[in-house]
Amino acid sequence: MNAIEFRHVTLTLGGREVLAGVGLEIAKGEFVGVLGPNGAGKTTLLRAVLGLVPASRGTIRVLGQPAARGNPAIGYMAQIRSTGSDLRLRAWDFVAGVVDGHRLGLPFASKATHAEADRVLDLVGARDLAQRPLAEISGGEQQRLLLAQALIGRPQLLLLDEPLVNLDPHYQGDLVGLTKSLRDELGVTILFSAHELNPLLGALDRVLYLGRGQAALGTVADVITGPVLSRLYGAEIDVVRVKGRIFVMSGGHDVERDHHRHDNNRSHTHMRGLLGAWPSNV
Amino acid sequence: MFEYDFMQNALAAAAIVAIVSGLVGYFLVLRRQTFAGHALAHVGFTGATGAVLIGVPPIWGLVMLTVTAGVGMGAIGERLAQRDVAIGIVLTLSLGLGLLFLHFFTAYATRATALLFGNVLAVDVGTIWTLLWLGVVSTGTLAVISRPLLFASLQPELAEAKGVSLRLYSVLFLGIVALAVAECVQIVGVLLVFALMVGPAAAAQRLTTGIGSGLVVSAGLALLESWTGIALAFYTDWPASFWISALSAGIYLLTTLPSVARAR
Repeated sequence: MNAIEFRHVTLTLGGREVLAGVGLEIAKGEFVGVLGPNGAGKTTLLRAVLGLVPASRGTIRVLGQPAARGNPAIGYMAQIRSTGSDLRLRAWDFVAGVVDGHRLGLPFASKATHAEADRVLDLVGARDLAQRPLAEISGGEQQRLLLAQALIGRPQLLLLDEPLVNLDPHYQGDLVGLTKSLRDELGVTILFSAHELNPLLGALDRVLYLGRGQAALGTVADVITGPVLSRLYGAEIDVVRVKGRIFVMSGGHDVERDHHRHDNNRSHTHMRGLLGAWPSNV
Repeated sequence: MFEYDFMQNALAAAAIVAIVSGLVGYFLVLRRQTFAGHALAHVGFTGATGAVLIGVPPIWGLVMLTVTAGVGMGAIGERLAQRDVAIGIVLTLSLGLGLLFLHFFTAYATRATALLFGNVLAVDVGTIWTLLWLGVVSTGTLAVISRPLLFASLQPELAEAKGVSLRLYSVLFLGIVALAVAECVQIVGVLLVFALMVGPAAAAQRLTTGIGSGLVVSAGLALLESWTGIALAFYTDWPASFWISALSAGIYLLTTLPSVARAR
């Protein structure tokens, strides 16, 4: 049984076909990096696996069952739209609120809730951190808490949507390393979407590259090539490998980096941290 | 001051309303829907004046229209309900309509003032019972849905993925807010609903880091502010609504001082 199976899947969002007739199979325990330009459908694909976006054609199966909303076997980390929460709420309460947040009742933690929250916080090494108010927690630390939340209920499949956005390279490396060790320890399947391939290179088994309604799934060597990416981008793409790092270039521009910059300019968050990080990243 | 019936009534009514609005307000501030609460109060003005016009007690017109509007706003959807232009237009139209109804019903100018700015010293025993029942319904419903509501408020995407219906809780919550607003209007009036719904809750969220403690402090501050306001009104003869709104603003400002000092 595969963790995820797409058969001729078409996903439509607001009248636009985001994916058109895509088929793919992801085995249990795989670490798959989901890449592609903005609007290529990374988030939509993850939401389809969650059962939040129905396939307009084709079938999606998750762990042997048709994709359906509220699947407890899936852990999900949504993309943060803006970091820097001004809430004074204790981070622990924020994490514990997920444990049985879908059940009616008063929001006070039972013993079992307590134990589960502490368990997932230990898994990501954030138990001490969780005693602080959210407003005093940095972007990198917030991502750790969100990862802890995704682990609540012992899911077999983790969907992580752009966890590296707005993080310094140092924190990016930490988070990718942590995710990989979770996969190794718990045997979970991981779909990790990202703007850039390089931070994921040491961790992923295969790449799922999306573009222009199509998808290419395979090893880095198979997928990150000029011909495959030229087809997905609809433009002439060169792949340059320098000292174990990979750059996807179109007419002299690094397209992954350009998307990254564009995204962050739009959200106006952590500009200084990002700019400061560039020289070490090139 | 406790020997007067009207003071006893005022303190009892204020206690009920303060606790309800402190609890509901905590979630309202957390969900960043305070402007929606403000708009609901203005819609209530139309309801109350319309009820007076057709000879129904104003509180029922108030409850009917605020709850209808609250549920409507929730059903239209989170994004639309938070659009300040749409809310602003509804809010203004409501006040305008209320004015028109008052124009047709020319007898009481004091009635308009009481609706706009509240008249807690004129509350009778019948109203207290009404407030109590409305309060039990709204806080009771809030208690039942509070856990998923909190989840949907703090992390909507994750809650949705876990099968929580964001729209259902949005509708239910704005219905609860509408009842709380209708209660608040009895004490501080349409224009000053923020004093009890938002001030204490916002201060509580600055002072506490837990949900339980936040709710207790929010309700406690609302109670403290409204009782102190009424007592000050008794001794100074200035309007109670003035004192309550001043205390609400003052206490909130005090809670922001530590972070202002840190920023220097």
